[in-house]
Amino acid sequence: MEKWYLMTTVVLIGLTVRWTVSLNSYSGAGKPPMFGDYEAQRHWQEITFNLPIKQWYFNSSDNDLLYWGLDYPPLTAYHSLLCAYVAKFINPDWIALHTSRGYESQAHKLFMRTTVLIADLLVYIPAVVLYCCCLKEMSTKKKIANALCILLYPGLILIDYGHFQYNSVSLGFALWGVLGVSYDWDLLGSLAFCLAINYKQMELYHSLPFFCFLLGKCFKKGLKGKGFVLLIKLACTVVASFILCWLPFFTEREQTLQVLRRLFPVDRGLFEDKVANVWCSFSVFLKIKDILPHHMQIMISFCFTFLSLLPACIKLILQPSPKAFKFTLVTCALSFFLFSFQVHEKSILLVSLPVCLVLSEIPFMSTWFLLVSTFSMLPLLLKDELLMPSVVTMVAFFIACATSFSIFEKTSEEELQLKSFSISVRKYLPYFTFLPRIIQHLFLISIIMMVLLTLMTVTLDPPQKLPDLFSVLVCFVSCLNFLFFLVYFNIIIMWDSKRRRSQKKIS
Amino acid sequence: MAALGIAMGGGNWFSALVLGVTLLKCLLIPTYHSTDFEVHRNWLAITHSLPISQWYYEATSEWTLDYPPFFAWFEYALSHVAKHFDQEMLNVHNLNYASAKTLLFQRFSVIFTDALFVYAVHECCKCIDGKKAGKELTEKPKFILSVLLLWNFGLLIVDHIHFQYNGFLFGLMLLSIARLLQKRHMEGAFLFAVLLHFKHIYLYVAPAYGIYLLRSYCFTANKPDGSVRWNSFSFVRLISLGLIVFLVSALSLGPFLALNQLPQVFSRLFPFKRGLCHAYWAPNFWALYNALDKVLSVIGVKWKLLDPNKIPKGAMTSGLVQQFQHTVLPSVTPLATLICTLIAILPSVFCLWFKPQGSRGFLRCLILCALSSFMFGWHVHEKAILLAVLPMSLLSVGKAEDASIFLILTTTGHYSLFPLLFTAPELPIKILLMLLFTIYSISSLKTLFRKEKPLFNWMETFYLLGLGPLEVFCEFVFPFTSWKLTYSFIPLFLTSVYCAVGITYAWFKLYVSVLTDPPAGKTKKQ
Repeated sequence: MEKWYLMTTVVLIGLTVRWTVSLNSYSGAGKPPMFGDYEAQRHWQEITFNLPIKQWYFNSSDNDLLYWGLDYPPLTAYHSLLCAYVAKFINPDWIALHTSRGYESQAHKLFMRTTVLIADLLVYIPAVVLYCCCLKEMSTKKKIANALCILLYPGLILIDYGHFQYNSVSLGFALWGVLGVSYDWDLLGSLAFCLAINYKQMELYHSLPFFCFLLGKCFKKGLKGKGFVLLIKLACTVVASFILCWLPFFTEREQTLQVLRRLFPVDRGLFEDKVANVWCSFSVFLKIKDILPHHMQIMISFCFTFLSLLPACIKLILQPSPKAFKFTLVTCALSFFLFSFQVHEKSILLVSLPVCLVLSEIPFMSTWFLLVSTFSMLPLLLKDELLMPSVVTMVAFFIACATSFSIFEKTSEEELQLKSFSISVRKYLPYFTFLPRIIQHLFLISIIMMVLLTLMTVTLDPPQKLPDLFSVLVCFVSCLNFLFFLVYFNIIIMWDSKRRRSQKKIS
Repeated sequence: MAALGIAMGGGNWFSALVLGVTLLKCLLIPTYHSTDFEVHRNWLAITHSLPISQWYYEATSEWTLDYPPFFAWFEYALSHVAKHFDQEMLNVHNLNYASAKTLLFQRFSVIFTDALFVYAVHECCKCIDGKKAGKELTEKPKFILSVLLLWNFGLLIVDHIHFQYNGFLFGLMLLSIARLLQKRHMEGAFLFAVLLHFKHIYLYVAPAYGIYLLRSYCFTANKPDGSVRWNSFSFVRLISLGLIVFLVSALSLGPFLALNQLPQVFSRLFPFKRGLCHAYWAPNFWALYNALDKVLSVIGVKWKLLDPNKIPKGAMTSGLVQQFQHTVLPSVTPLATLICTLIAILPSVFCLWFKPQGSRGFLRCLILCALSSFMFGWHVHEKAILLAVLPMSLLSVGKAEDASIFLILTTTGHYSLFPLLFTAPELPIKILLMLLFTIYSISSLKTLFRKEKPLFNWMETFYLLGLGPLEVFCEFVFPFTSWKLTYSFIPLFLTSVYCAVGITYAWFKLYVSVLTDPPAGKTKKQ
């Protein structure tokens, strides 16, 4: 690539932004007794380093599961252990059993931030660069601009480097999976995706599209011949990688069950905190959490999720293509986020990743979605005192997208990929030509709402009777946006091949 | 919507670059800030709470007001905004006060005043006649120049991390250069006069301005061979120039003259009591001189030529010693540095007089003035290298030869700023930003001049690559060795000596190129 230096510049900009954000506060800084996710990660290092592997997921006098007990899959635990060895080398106090609880210092913060940066640099960033380099039908300059936008996506930066988590690892592995599967390295792709699931169980949001896409590929090759071989190979890869990750926990049945119980805490309720999904947002009008019994909630959320992702998945099995795969990833993750049980506000990042991948195809809508997704985490970011970096990175991301893709000129039906949909609607409603204009207006309204709500949350004190007024409003507005996007992405998927056929007819 | 679209899209790359770097500056707000932060807070307090007659006498804080009056007025103006943020920062006795709001205000004051710098860059881009425009945006000289100036590593870390107000001052300088290039000489002279009364360090480049204005503005015509036509002298122009400079100076110094305080003001502005080298050794000739002295003394002690008891103890063990005592070589007095500086500047000024080459000649003379005074000046700050780096950016997109000198000068000069930021959280930032700027500047200029001979020979390449291992040694290896306690000066010593070599080389190369350039008449008509 003759423009390698521009790509290097872009990566360096991404890294600089990441590190400058990391100079800010983290979740639960100086807030005993529970602190926040930062302390959780540090505590996991303490636990994994000091306790034998058999006790990691069990409650004991040394391992109080109520105090940030390990509730992520084994790969996270191994990663914590690795970090703990480095921590032990630098300063053993950081991970001393019991006494290190709530340990905070400038040096330790630096260490923790560095671990995030290194993980990001090893897993996520190379995947993004490679993904952008492999894009087809694009000039080098566009590829680089695309990489810049993806690397500047504020949601991931703010959660990983501000709030403190290691999402870039699981999302990075998922991205490696997408890369592998899209370019016919199916086995490597599924291996990478298994690593992603074993790092963070939330990656299951992405699992159905992976499954459907690979299954569709097998069908396409013919289930009696090559397809069957591929299916067997894939199954073996998946099973083998799972066994490898879970090996220490497969020795006893109780171990495995305990880990699973920790990973899927079904008794924790329909939702916690304020999250921009349907259940939380509409609880203002209908308190499902209190009305229905627990198992009914699970059933209902399962049914809704299943129904909303079903059409896209079936379509993907029947017509597997890398493009449809990416869009299905979006809708599936979005359906899970909106309807499933026990969703965290940070899970929106799982939707944002595939949206980043379609940034070059539908720049206008993707930019919009990515802004809303960051906005939906506003209450969390404000709690962590990340207002300044949030606003700055969001504006920076917006400018980057606007200049690289000139998004405001790309609002025609064609550019929004709504041509075939509009054509089929026009058969019944001949006057249906105002869709792009409506979408433009919706965009404006949505942006204005976000700005206003941000300003209100920051400057005004909520009324005493409704202390959560603004965060509920933020969730509600974001949820409405997400529902709209769910419909939009489903339309794109459903009308995709028709569009291609009609194009062929024209040509 | 459409307006937004035009503002954002439509290939308006300049505003995107500006907005991008502004946002980066906002992200740098929580970074480390040096004592200069307190210096400026103190000046805010002094100008706000004391009458003018006290400004240059006040000495509650050790950071007394030592910039010319315009800067004091600038702080005075800022203080009227500051009082809406936090009244407490305007109290003279509130030493080392740095509340969150104070920090926010001071940082934003730098970011906002940078608007002038942005405007100046915009004007400069309009008037450079860089190499023929390429097809692609990223290969256009104007684009490259904007990035080199707006995203300048030195300015970013000195202003927005270390904390100073160089942005708008360099803005004034670039704007005055742009005005001279646009043949609006009076405006240029006015701006430069104003600049001098903001920060007197720009006196270093005043000879270039003086000679250029005299030669190319007051003399209105040349003989055919390019030498001056004496009878074309325009008295009106000279007098109007003089009037401008006089009026600006009167406005600035007048009140203090009226108060009979001028000697006090000048004693604050030119503190010759400070040492030859600044706290960190600026990478100039004296750094090499001191290093040679140190080496000689070590050799002397080893070979028993010197008596170890006579060597002043602790003279160089830390970088914070203000007075440096030489052991072998003769000590240097302020007068000696002044003479050296003048001698170093003279040839370039002569060149500007006898072989005027229009704007390019002026720029090169200006850079040589800045570099020569950096090389030989008394108590030079390593930050002063920006005085040469920024104007040199204008030249770099014009000719391959200049680009090569620019890259050596900039890379070493920027690297020599590293010791300014010594705190661990800022380490990745300075390395990342430095890599960002260096990789971009080298690659983009190489692309721009790809059809000409390579920008670096093997020696220069080797030297520049050597900066990498040097950084690794200074920041990552040395702190873990046992020398850390006994020889804590080694990283600073190595950095300044290594960079001094590069900067001396760049200075020398530029001088040779200026002196050997054929006279104007033959190559270029101007």
